[in-house]
Amino acid sequence: MATVARTFPRSTPRPRLRIRGRTIALHAFLIVVALAVAYPFYFMVTSSFKDLLEATKNPPDVFPAQLHPENYIEAWNRAPWGRYFVNTIFVSIAVTIGELVTASLAGYAFARMRFPAKSVLFIVFLATLMVPSEATIIPNYVLMSPSRNGCLGLPCLGWFDTYQVQIVPFIATAFSIFLMRQFFLSIPSELSDAARMDGAGHLRFLWSVALPLSVPALITAGLVTFLGSWNAFLWPLIVTTKPDFRPVQVGLSAFRQEAGSSYHLLMAASTFVIAPIVLLFLVAQRYLVQGIARTGIRG
Amino acid sequence: MQAYLFVLPAVVIIGIFKVFPAIAAFYMSLFKWDVIQGAFRGFGNYTDWLYDNSLRSPDFWRSLSTTFTYVILTVPLEIAFSLVIAYLLFQKIRGRGIYRTAYYLPYVTSFVAAAVVFNWLFHPQYGLVNALLGVVGIGPQRWLDEPSGFFQIVASAFGIALPEWAAGPSMALVVVSIVTVWHYLGYQVVIFLAGLSNISNEYYEAARLDGASERQIFTKITLPLLSPTTFFVFTIATIGALRSFDTVFILTGGGPLDTTRTVTLLIFKTALQQAQFGLGAALAFILTLIILLFTLVQFRVLGRRVYYG
Repeated sequence: MATVARTFPRSTPRPRLRIRGRTIALHAFLIVVALAVAYPFYFMVTSSFKDLLEATKNPPDVFPAQLHPENYIEAWNRAPWGRYFVNTIFVSIAVTIGELVTASLAGYAFARMRFPAKSVLFIVFLATLMVPSEATIIPNYVLMSPSRNGCLGLPCLGWFDTYQVQIVPFIATAFSIFLMRQFFLSIPSELSDAARMDGAGHLRFLWSVALPLSVPALITAGLVTFLGSWNAFLWPLIVTTKPDFRPVQVGLSAFRQEAGSSYHLLMAASTFVIAPIVLLFLVAQRYLVQGIARTGIRG
Repeated sequence: MQAYLFVLPAVVIIGIFKVFPAIAAFYMSLFKWDVIQGAFRGFGNYTDWLYDNSLRSPDFWRSLSTTFTYVILTVPLEIAFSLVIAYLLFQKIRGRGIYRTAYYLPYVTSFVAAAVVFNWLFHPQYGLVNALLGVVGIGPQRWLDEPSGFFQIVASAFGIALPEWAAGPSMALVVVSIVTVWHYLGYQVVIFLAGLSNISNEYYEAARLDGASERQIFTKITLPLLSPTTFFVFTIATIGALRSFDTVFILTGGGPLDTTRTVTLLIFKTALQQAQFGLGAALAFILTLIILLFTLVQFRVLGRRVYYG
């Protein structure tokens, strides 16, 4: 409980710097670092509105002499971006929903139910957090490959160039299960006792009481999953070969080769690839930040 | 019985795509396995990497050294920067939210998009970084295309020729490390902020009553009480750097002259580009062992010096 209910900086009193000059120095430092960190974004967006000649000017103009929004249309038309985006959005949403369902069910069982081998299973799940994906990627790749080569004694899935290859392996992670379990543990047992008296089973209690109380945890787990899925690169790179199923990140990587030195178009493409996730982050950053502070996941 | 139905979906997915492959990876690493399963080799794939094969083992030791150099270049910088920034943000200052958003933005950005921008900022011809250096009279550098050692380049600017062993990490690896620090900074700041908010205010009040200076408060109270968080960040940043693939792969692809080819990139090359699954799996297993070992050693060595309030 202690770790879950960890309060956030906002609400705690903090040590105070009294001297005014120091406050100014503090802001100066923070602003300089913030500008350095944010500059690549500024550079990307401004360059995306320049023409090629101006975009390759060095040092760059702070602001485009003339805005060229048509760069976006040109960049968009040079690759199947619509397809890429549909693929990424579909895969990310499917993974997120799937993961929330499996994590809610399993997290609830670990928090609120008793069953044989519960602790063994829990330890196995815990251990999977220690196994880096580098160790599992080769067998997973073989497992997904077409049948002619044999698939480690299992039926070959033959899932190259599909959606499920990007979805199914990721719809359950120990991370989300633990997050949900921690949250369910904090629900007072009086609530479940009362529900049982009223004749509600586990599924009913989970759906009508536990989940509505756990909306912050669901949002956090959902955002972390969605972010990871949106930015996924290596796995979709190796299991997809056709644009029909490729996500935007792999698409952007291919576009880098194709666009060559059309830097203004590359910047426009990069901008529209990161725009949705940046917007989502700005809207929901509180939950994402809380989730990271609580669980320490690092993508 | 119902409980089993609740955990079943997770067990199936994690079992098939996480637990089984981990075991299968070890199994595969014991065979000659070039796309299809071949002869049993025992630990032959491992010894090939470690010392037996004159083509493989130099690649392995070089990539291992590159990986550890990458860890040394990124982890201390990440911790120092993020600790200072988190501490400053934790003071009562205006606009904390805006700063935090700015620092955090790189972390949600995909590395592919970030690489597009950084490739250009560090472009040998059109890059802003070279233009800025030109202002202070430093000649243009090749950055991500530069295989020469960083120290060697700095020293030669002063007319000193360094011996080869002192050349340092390649300039390309230094740039990759800078971009890595940029990417993860906001993430570490958030973790440190959470750690700082867990320190009870009573300690600060008591110290002030005793007339402690701000510096004393920072070194005698904040740092020791924050040590579990620092330890956590240290561990997770190190493991992250040992495992990182996207960062290096997208920025340099392992070049120039293989000076940024980390172990993960060597796994990728062996298993997926040369289709030698057995050798690749062995290498992946070695890396996994290093990561596990590292976690345990860190825990024992550092764990003793960590103050658990």
